[in-house]
Amino acid sequence: MLILECPYCGVHAEETELHGGGEAHLTRHGPESSDQDFEGYLFQRENPRGVHFERWRHVHGCGKWFHAARCTATLEVFGTYSAQTSEPPQHIRDRISAKRPGWSWRELA
Amino acid sequence: MSEPVSALNAAAFDGLAHVQEAGLHGMITLRGDHADADFAQAVADVAGVAMPDQREVVSGGDTSLIWMSPDELLLLCPYAEAGETVTKLTEALGDTHALAVDVSDARVVFTLTGTHIRDVIAKLAPVDMSPAAFRPGMVRRTRFAQVAAAVWLRDDETAQIICFRSVAPYMFALLCNAATPGTEVGIF
Ligand SMILES: [Zn+2]
Repeated sequence: MLILECPYCGVHAEETELHGGGEAHLTRHGPESSDQDFEGYLFQRENPRGVHFERWRHVHGCGKWFHAARCTATLEVFGTYSAQTSEPPQHIRDRISAKRPGWSWRELA
Repeated sequence: MSEPVSALNAAAFDGLAHVQEAGLHGMITLRGDHADADFAQAVADVAGVAMPDQREVVSGGDTSLIWMSPDELLLLCPYAEAGETVTKLTEALGDTHALAVDVSDARVVFTLTGTHIRDVIAKLAPVDMSPAAFRPGMVRRTRFAQVAAAVWLRDDETAQIICFRSVAPYMFALLCNAATPGTEVGIF
C-alpha cells in the first residue's frame, strides 16, 4: 500500500484516496512544435526500476494535484512536493541522493 | 414556490450509532486564496466566525466554517439564510478573486451519534479514526466506500458527514450497514 502525504492539505493519504497522473515534469509540445517533439511528448516515457517522479491527485480529498518522488522497486517514498514547479526541489533530490547514491532520471542526477 | 425537502426526509436508523439524515442545511462553497487577507477578512466578517486553520472547522451558533482545501471553504448556515448570505459575501468580497455559490440543494448532511461512531466511520473511510489522530474540530475530506465525502466531529460522540445529494441513499445504506447492531470492532 502506497501512502503519500498531500503537500496541500497535509493528509497522509493511502492510495485509494489518490489518483495517479503519470510521469512528472513533461514538457508539453503543441500544434506549433515539430512532429518529433510532439511524438515524444505523447509517447516517450521513462520506465525506471528505482527512482521515479510522478504526478498524483488527491482526488478524494482536497482535489489538488501534486508531485511525488518514489522508488518503483521498493515503493519507498522520498517525498512529495508542489505541483507548481517544473523540476524536483533540491531537498527532494538531496534525500534521494542520501538513499540512492548515483541515481539518475532523465537528465537529473 | 415549491416546498424544499431534504434528500431522505430525515430518515433515521438506530444501531451501533444513531444515523440521522440531518435535514436542510444552508451550504455555501467559497473559493479564494485563504492567505489573501482581504478574502479572509470578508469571509470572517460575514460568517461571524474566525477563519479555520488547515483541516479545521470553526463553529459558532448555527454557523460553521469548514476548511476544504487551501483555496476552498464550506460555510454552513440555516437553510433559509443561504441566499442572503451569498449576497452579503459577494458584496463583502468585492474585487477579491473569489467565488461564493449556494450549494445547499446539491449536498446532504448526515449526523452520527453514539459511543461507536469512530468504529462506524473507520469501516467506510481510509482514515485513522483513533482519538489521538482525529479530534473534534478537525475535518477530513475522503471517501466513504465509493463516494466522496467530508467528515468532522462536533464532539467525541457526534460526527457530521456531507456528501453529494445524488448519492444520499447510498450513503445512508452504507452508514446503516456499518452500524449494524453487534458489529462493533472495539479498537477505539
Ligand atoms: Zn490534499
